[in-house]
Amino acid sequence: MWLTRPFRERATQLFLGVLLAALAAVTLLNLALPAEHPLHVSTYTVTLLGKYLSYALLAVAVDLVWGYLGILSLGHGAFFALGGYAMGMYLMRQIGDRGVYGDPLLPDFMVFLDWDALPWYWLGFDMPWFAFLMVLLAPGLLALVFGFLAFRSRVTGVYLSIITQALTFALMLAFFRNEMGFGGNNGLTDFKELLGFDLRSDATRLGLFLATGVALAVGYVLCRAIVVSKLGRVCVATRDAEARTRFLGYRVERFQLFVFVVSAMLAGVAGALYVPQVGIINPSEFSPIFSIEIVLWVALGGRATLYGAVIGAILVNYAKTVFTGVMPDAWLFALGGMFVLVTVLLPRGIAGLLAYRLRRRAPSSPESPAPREVSA
Amino acid sequence: MKIPPCLRRLLALCLLACLPLTAQAQEDDGQSLLASLDAASYAQMGGAIEAIVDSGDPRSRDWLEALLGGKLQRHKESGRFVVVLENRGRNWPVVDALTGEDLGEMSRRELDRIGINNSLRGQLQSVLAVLDLRVDDVGARREAARDLLGQVDEAMVAPLQDLLEAEGDAEVARLLAQGLAIHRLEQGQVAAVDVLAGSLNGEVRSALSSAARSDDPALAEAAEAALAGIDQKLRLNRGLETLYFGLSLGSVLVLAAIGLAITFGVMGVINMAHGELMMLGAYTTWAMQQLLPGQPGLALLLAIPAGFLVAALAGIAIERGVIQFLKGRPLETLLATFGVSLILQQLVRTVISPLNRTVVTPEWMSGSLMINEGLSLTLNRLYVLGFAMLVFAGLMLVMRRTRLGLEVRAVTQNRAMARAMGIRATRVDIMTFALGSGVAGLAGVALSQLTNVGPNLGQNYIIDSFMVVVFGGVGNLWGTLVAGLSLGVINQVLEPWAGAVLAKILVLVFIILFIQKRPRGLFPQKGRAAEG
Repeated sequence: MWLTRPFRERATQLFLGVLLAALAAVTLLNLALPAEHPLHVSTYTVTLLGKYLSYALLAVAVDLVWGYLGILSLGHGAFFALGGYAMGMYLMRQIGDRGVYGDPLLPDFMVFLDWDALPWYWLGFDMPWFAFLMVLLAPGLLALVFGFLAFRSRVTGVYLSIITQALTFALMLAFFRNEMGFGGNNGLTDFKELLGFDLRSDATRLGLFLATGVALAVGYVLCRAIVVSKLGRVCVATRDAEARTRFLGYRVERFQLFVFVVSAMLAGVAGALYVPQVGIINPSEFSPIFSIEIVLWVALGGRATLYGAVIGAILVNYAKTVFTGVMPDAWLFALGGMFVLVTVLLPRGIAGLLAYRLRRRAPSSPESPAPREVSA
Repeated sequence: MKIPPCLRRLLALCLLACLPLTAQAQEDDGQSLLASLDAASYAQMGGAIEAIVDSGDPRSRDWLEALLGGKLQRHKESGRFVVVLENRGRNWPVVDALTGEDLGEMSRRELDRIGINNSLRGQLQSVLAVLDLRVDDVGARREAARDLLGQVDEAMVAPLQDLLEAEGDAEVARLLAQGLAIHRLEQGQVAAVDVLAGSLNGEVRSALSSAARSDDPALAEAAEAALAGIDQKLRLNRGLETLYFGLSLGSVLVLAAIGLAITFGVMGVINMAHGELMMLGAYTTWAMQQLLPGQPGLALLLAIPAGFLVAALAGIAIERGVIQFLKGRPLETLLATFGVSLILQQLVRTVISPLNRTVVTPEWMSGSLMINEGLSLTLNRLYVLGFAMLVFAGLMLVMRRTRLGLEVRAVTQNRAMARAMGIRATRVDIMTFALGSGVAGLAGVALSQLTNVGPNLGQNYIIDSFMVVVFGGVGNLWGTLVAGLSLGVINQVLEPWAGAVLAKILVLVFIILFIQKRPRGLFPQKGRAAEG
């Protein structure tokens, strides 16, 4: 079975081991220790960690297309946000008549805007199965249409990056409009419960954290399975020499499209897990700067390693939490500096550093092909 | 000089005390004219107003205006006529109606208003309008004649006819004739339509459209035809105006994108900090104006070379500090320069201020150029449009006619060969990047005249600029020009029915679809250079 192949890899076993150990440790420290114990992990921290994990899943999705397919997507924030909005719409419908205006059918912002009926695209979002399907389908469909158009006409490299950026920018402008029916610039918020569980209770928060961790593990294994399969080999070949792969008879655009859609769906799942933990989704997730930030996580962690993306996402976001808390003005300096330093000094990221150390200790270990960029 | 209120009151008291004396000393025609106004009934006041106009007294305009505004009043005790300057609050500042001397403040209870009724109000308005037409200043006369359109009534016809015959200025005469024609049209005279046909004035249009609804079929038909002609002309004007706004918006895009066309098209470097280089240019303008207070025009002119230099130097720093280490890795230059852009933004926020700065628009750039009554072009946009064309022409010259341009093109086409021919490619890289960055600085100087100068200025333009470059075809200056201008016009045409945000979205979607058809833009590079 192709899906089980990654489990035979040492690196994947190690990654899953570390991840599961971390999940278990956090759960234990949160539940078993009293609140005043110095090692106690508060529910606030658990939610924060859950947020990092959803970002990590997003970074894995970006690494799949950037690291193994050579597509620098500056629009993955859009897929993330679409998944988030799908989840947000479900949570919004779960509020029922407990909103400020107490309308049993319409969310608060629609009552505020004097709407008299639910727009058709909100229908069905009161059913969890439909909403969760949409978490996958909404970003998947967008990626399918966009990718089909882009790859068919062989838009690659820099052009593709710029267009993906324009895509997320256009969506941001659209979602900022009140008439769109997605809450305008306030977005969707004030959620109450998910599948009947109170979103404010500690148990639900821990559950969400664990679910995110499991999703990250599954997503990681899925990506790893794609990468080590024959499909993944074709992807790497496309990344390194697209024209040559095409001449060998591969329909390159189909491979690109498939992996791009899978990646978009993973990003959508990440968004859907992010929203209930943060409690809000608004159009700022569509901003181009967020999408570029995701790429930085991957670059810092190390391209084409997958686990590097996870390390990068958690590290950068931890740094962000610390910086914006201690000295908010310095954060953009730090982020900007990271962009410059990582690209100039650490082209293979932290994972590259780790691999370098490991290789020196064990010179015979097999080596994954280094990402090499061919100018367009 | 400002006199404290208590002192002023004292002064007013003194003046009041010696009032009978001064009034006697200054007995003139004015006193009797005003007295006749005051004494008369409403019916007789009309005659009194006529008398004032006929007297030719230079003060008559002020009196009539004050009368119209209810500000011509009589001091109860002394019977003296005063003009109230501002009738707000309990005490009003007043001046003597005859001598114009400052009488300080008076309580509203001390004064008697000289009231008028509606028919007198109408008479006063027309009389004042005619009086305005007698002044020497042509501009003021045009203004007055324009205000008169649609206000003409029977009483004014005779004096206006006289004025029309004596009028030397063609524009004033035309407006007067139109004013009279509107009046005649209201009387039902078909011939008046000919005078009005083709005028874009709103009053003329409304007079014609009410005439088109009249019972007289001949009149209605003539008015209908004239209206159709006017509407045609208005549509044309609106089209021209949309085109103008589109072109001016497009010229801003061209300015913003053309520097990118050089660095991206020629060097293959995606400079995400381009917007921040524009921001530096805009802040240079602001700094220049701080250095030269009171001379915004001079400061703006000096900011043009200064903005170029500042941005070019920053560009050199970016090239030397970051980009030279990322040769041949375009996607990584994107990330690195994005980092630079974040740092520059935050630097401006920290060092100057996170708030927007105001850049003064010099007098010769504000206002608008009136082509006709339906079309006026704002001057600052006109200047920016011209400036963009100048910058474009200058860049064309540099690329086509100078040694630097030749070397740049050589390095672009075949770097190794160019080096073999003795061109110092590294130096060319630096110069190219400095040139592209300097042009971004120029764009910033121009932008400072159109939008707020703030840390986010660059962000607002960077995506649009890349769209223009991609749309136009990378590395092609003409493509950038055509793409920028056409995107501006498309945006402006879409805006009325789609709204600003949706228009922007539609433009983005349009470009995404356009790239399907032509992945390398409007004017793609051909030959070997295209493969590089």
